[in-house]
Amino acid sequence: ITEKQALAQANRAGFEAKSLADALKAVGGTPATSDQVTVVAPDIAENGAVVPVGATSNLANTTEIHLLVEKNINPLSASFFIPAGTEASVQTRLKMGQSTNVIAVVKADGKLYSATKETKVTLGGCGG
Amino acid sequence: MADPMRIRAAHKDGVTEVRVLMSHPMETGQRKNAAGDTIPAHFITEVDATHNGKSVLKAQWSTAVSQNPFLSFKFKGGAKGDKLAVKWVDNKGDTRTDEAAIA
Amino acid sequence: MALDHADVLAATPGAGERLYDVPKFGNVSFLHFTDCHAQLKPIYFREPSVNLGLSEALGRPPHLVGEKLLKHFNIQPGTAQAHAFSYLNFEKAAKTYGKIGGFSHLATLVKQMKASRPHALLLDGGDTWQGSATSLWTNAQDMVDACKLLGVNIMTPHWEFTFGAKRVQEIVENDFKGKIDFLAQNVTTADFGDQVFAPYVIKEMNGVPVAIIGQAFPYTPIANPRYMVPDWTFGIQDENMQKMVDEARGKGAQVVVVLSHNGMDVDIKMASRVRGIDAVLGGHTHDGMPAPVIVKNPGGQTLVTNAGSNSKFLGVLDFDVRGGKVQDFRYKLMPVFSNLLPADKEMEALITKVRAPYEAKLNEKLAISEGALYRRGNFNGSWDQVICDALMEVKGADAAFSPGVRWGTSLLPGDTITYELMMDQMAVTYPATTLNEFTGAQVKEIMEDVADNIFNPDPYYQQGGDMVRVGGFQYTCAPTAPMGQRIQNLTLKGKPVEADKKYKVAGWASVQEGVQGEPIWDVVAGYLRNKKVVKQVKINQPKLVGVDGNPGIA
Ligand SMILES: [Mn+2]
Ligand SMILES: [Mn+2]
Repeated sequence: ITEKQALAQANRAGFEAKSLADALKAVGGTPATSDQVTVVAPDIAENGAVVPVGATSNLANTTEIHLLVEKNINPLSASFFIPAGTEASVQTRLKMGQSTNVIAVVKADGKLYSATKETKVTLGGCGG
Repeated sequence: MADPMRIRAAHKDGVTEVRVLMSHPMETGQRKNAAGDTIPAHFITEVDATHNGKSVLKAQWSTAVSQNPFLSFKFKGGAKGDKLAVKWVDNKGDTRTDEAAIA
Repeated sequence: MALDHADVLAATPGAGERLYDVPKFGNVSFLHFTDCHAQLKPIYFREPSVNLGLSEALGRPPHLVGEKLLKHFNIQPGTAQAHAFSYLNFEKAAKTYGKIGGFSHLATLVKQMKASRPHALLLDGGDTWQGSATSLWTNAQDMVDACKLLGVNIMTPHWEFTFGAKRVQEIVENDFKGKIDFLAQNVTTADFGDQVFAPYVIKEMNGVPVAIIGQAFPYTPIANPRYMVPDWTFGIQDENMQKMVDEARGKGAQVVVVLSHNGMDVDIKMASRVRGIDAVLGGHTHDGMPAPVIVKNPGGQTLVTNAGSNSKFLGVLDFDVRGGKVQDFRYKLMPVFSNLLPADKEMEALITKVRAPYEAKLNEKLAISEGALYRRGNFNGSWDQVICDALMEVKGADAAFSPGVRWGTSLLPGDTITYELMMDQMAVTYPATTLNEFTGAQVKEIMEDVADNIFNPDPYYQQGGDMVRVGGFQYTCAPTAPMGQRIQNLTLKGKPVEADKKYKVAGWASVQEGVQGEPIWDVVAGYLRNKKVVKQVKINQPKLVGVDGNPGIA
């Protein structure tokens, strides 16, 4: 096992964390809420297996974006590493078993900031 | 061997927008098959996107990323015709790289 | 409230000239109907006596019923207008004023309005292809042809999607091509998010460029089966809405109107967030609103209307556009009284033709109803109760759930329930009935989930229907409580429902794929034929707490 592989494995420990608190610890600690961070997630998910989730940071020198789904067994879902020249804005699609907060944690100038959005996962089946 | 990715990379006003659809089951390791056996986890763990050989985004994923993952991001620069490459590695060590020309 | 002599006079010939006298105004006009739910023939339709508004929506239109609604909009009680807009005195007033709607009568009114406003565009807010036996049996073709004949210019969809993506595209690309613009800014492909339908069109009226943006029902794949539209994604998408408004203005549009199927509360919130929309002509929540709600936003103001359902109303919005912008407006929502508007011959001929192969089946007499049958209201209606009773009896269930949809026509006491009138309540493309064993905890979870879709204080988390209709189980509902605490004191035959105990619950119209079961119309038709006479039904209503004095409850 090379040093690089060992580092990669250590970095993945956050994905095993079973609580939001532990997941946050793994990405570096408790973030400060910031209105410069936006979580993009639907109010109501059309399909819990494919929920479009993204995040944008307007903070200078943003180097990391982490997406966490609070109520999933393992909240930390995806981490993005942003080199200089790449915009601090990413989008993907995540699985959610139930209604939950979605949290974006960003690292900018070495400090952590976050924003939260609630996505409802519903049984559906009514309408006008 | 997994199916090729579908990559769209488009340049506008100095910024290149990249959108990728990968073909992968993204098994969580929590599901059971009809016989009641657990389907082993099988998911992309790492993604690396490069423009002309220079990394423009790296990602680490868990099983929470949806089946046939979608990824979108933007970077400064890039020119029409440049090569944009995306590589993924999964937890079984499988890997796949696909390229697209920036439009 | 009894009808007096003057009201009866109001229902006589000649009254129409007063009701439908809308003086010409301005230079840009829109005619709007929505949620006709495939009702080609005149029908009865009872407006709701319960339409609760909570938080910001408390007491705000459309959450006003009965006398409170009349008072708010300054409508004289005991008049044709009062009958059209409220449930008050429904049975007697319906007899006095006769049936409402019907495409032949609607067509006459459209022609009358166009006579004074030849430039007017006719907009259809959707839920047009679904809701009747003939639309189901003709795979929506009867409505497609009727809308073309009516002269619809633009439409946006919701229940249209329950005919499947392929059928929708076939109609848009063939029948509608060059005739009806089918718009939806918020429907995109599930892979790369490409636009599926045109988001807007720009048309010219009297030299004024006007943009119409389409907004399909944002929660179609949740409220209806997702497997019908597997490759498309929806949502409110107000950022993209803003982009479309700006783009249309950039191309020179001096008026921007959104033809929306969001539902009225969602439209009001969207209008407060998006700049540059002059009016949202809305539907989905079936609210017959005599006047628009005026929403202030950073771009100025936006009118938000909702035009009822079942081809009962036609809205006329006139704009005076000068100096490149809207200076003033007039709006009127006119009830379509079939006795006051003669049938348009061409439309009547089309309707007669499309119905001909089905007349015998449509006219089958299933039973007589002793009481009035209707559906609208937040919690339950007598028609829904009949459906729940039928499900429980035929399926041998302890309880039944029936979806809280807002379409479905009404019957007066003593009316015959024909096959057609029954189908008005249940003509859907996923009619399978089910019998499930749910634990008490699951029952509560299902009811809480639906309750939150109606009573969530944020309209963007609502889906715009009504509470699931419940047979068997009794409960207390606290609409203002948070999710998980709205459903209380669940009982079955006087005994508390136990969380771990299993109950047999019948239902229909599941949104899951592959559900098998007798269609709901077979279950209910069998029940009705057997009963012959449906006695006055006892409507299972929850006990409500925390909504005393709410003007959305009679
Ligand atoms: Mn409708
Ligand atoms: Mn609708």
